[in-house]
Amino acid sequence: MGSGSSPCASCKLLRRRCAKDCIFAPYFPSDDPHKFAIVHKVFGASNVSKMLQELPVHQRGDTVSSLVYEANARARDPVYGCVGAISYLQNQVAQLQMQLAMAQAEMLCIQMQAQAQEQNHHNQSINQLQLHQNHHQLLNFAAANSNINANTNNNNVIYDSFKKESLYGYDM
Amino acid sequence: MNSSRCAACKHLRRRCPSDCIFSPYFPSNNPQRFAFVHKIYGASNVGKILQDLPVNLRSKAADTLCYEASRRIEDPVYGVVRELTNLDEEIQKAHCQLARIRAQIAVIQARDEVDNVNNPNFFPPQND
Repeated sequence: MGSGSSPCASCKLLRRRCAKDCIFAPYFPSDDPHKFAIVHKVFGASNVSKMLQELPVHQRGDTVSSLVYEANARARDPVYGCVGAISYLQNQVAQLQMQLAMAQAEMLCIQMQAQAQEQNHHNQSINQLQLHQNHHQLLNFAAANSNINANTNNNNVIYDSFKKESLYGYDM
Repeated sequence: MNSSRCAACKHLRRRCPSDCIFSPYFPSNNPQRFAFVHKIYGASNVGKILQDLPVNLRSKAADTLCYEASRRIEDPVYGVVRELTNLDEEIQKAHCQLARIRAQIAVIQARDEVDNVNNPNFFPPQND
């Protein structure tokens, strides 16, 4: 806060008396002269004062922080200022989005392969079950056929014996 | 030329000299452009910034100053810094999403390797 004994950084730089209600004093303490110097160089003290006066008190702290950030960026890069940083970050976003798209495509591919493998295993299991069932049916069929043949042969013997009887039976 | 002053000299109500520092970058058909930079930076600061730069870079500098000034007028608290904050958040979110997907891929691939190892048909015949 501004006081008669210790002017804020702004009033020190501007070489004026630091009033009790100095608009700069809460945000530009005397122990950080560079902060006000850079903001003054880029924006000018009177412009900064107007901006702060047009805002409610609770927003002035954030305003000063963003002004200091912009002023430092402009001092470092007089041509592009903050716009240089914006371009750089936009490039990073674009690259990350591309990497994200590739990773999502890879994930999709892996999931599809896993599904295909599961389907194959399922089909193989079904095939094996069918083969087993077919084999069992064949065995049953073969067994059933052998019984029929045996019965058929028996029937033929009886028939033959009748024939014999008719040949030797009552004729003799 | 008095008959066609640049937007800066019109705004500042002064004569526009032939070597006016502003006239190439603040034409009279776009008065808002200079009004924005004058409101935020002040004519003299803009003039100093442009004069300290080589001629081939002044146009770009004027463009970026106009852009930042317009952002500051739209958002007096954060100005163009809000865009930087939003981009930073977008980058953090994208990093997290990428890390999550890559971790999921690694888990699936590790699980597939374990399945392959446990599958008796996986190993080729030893005696060929």
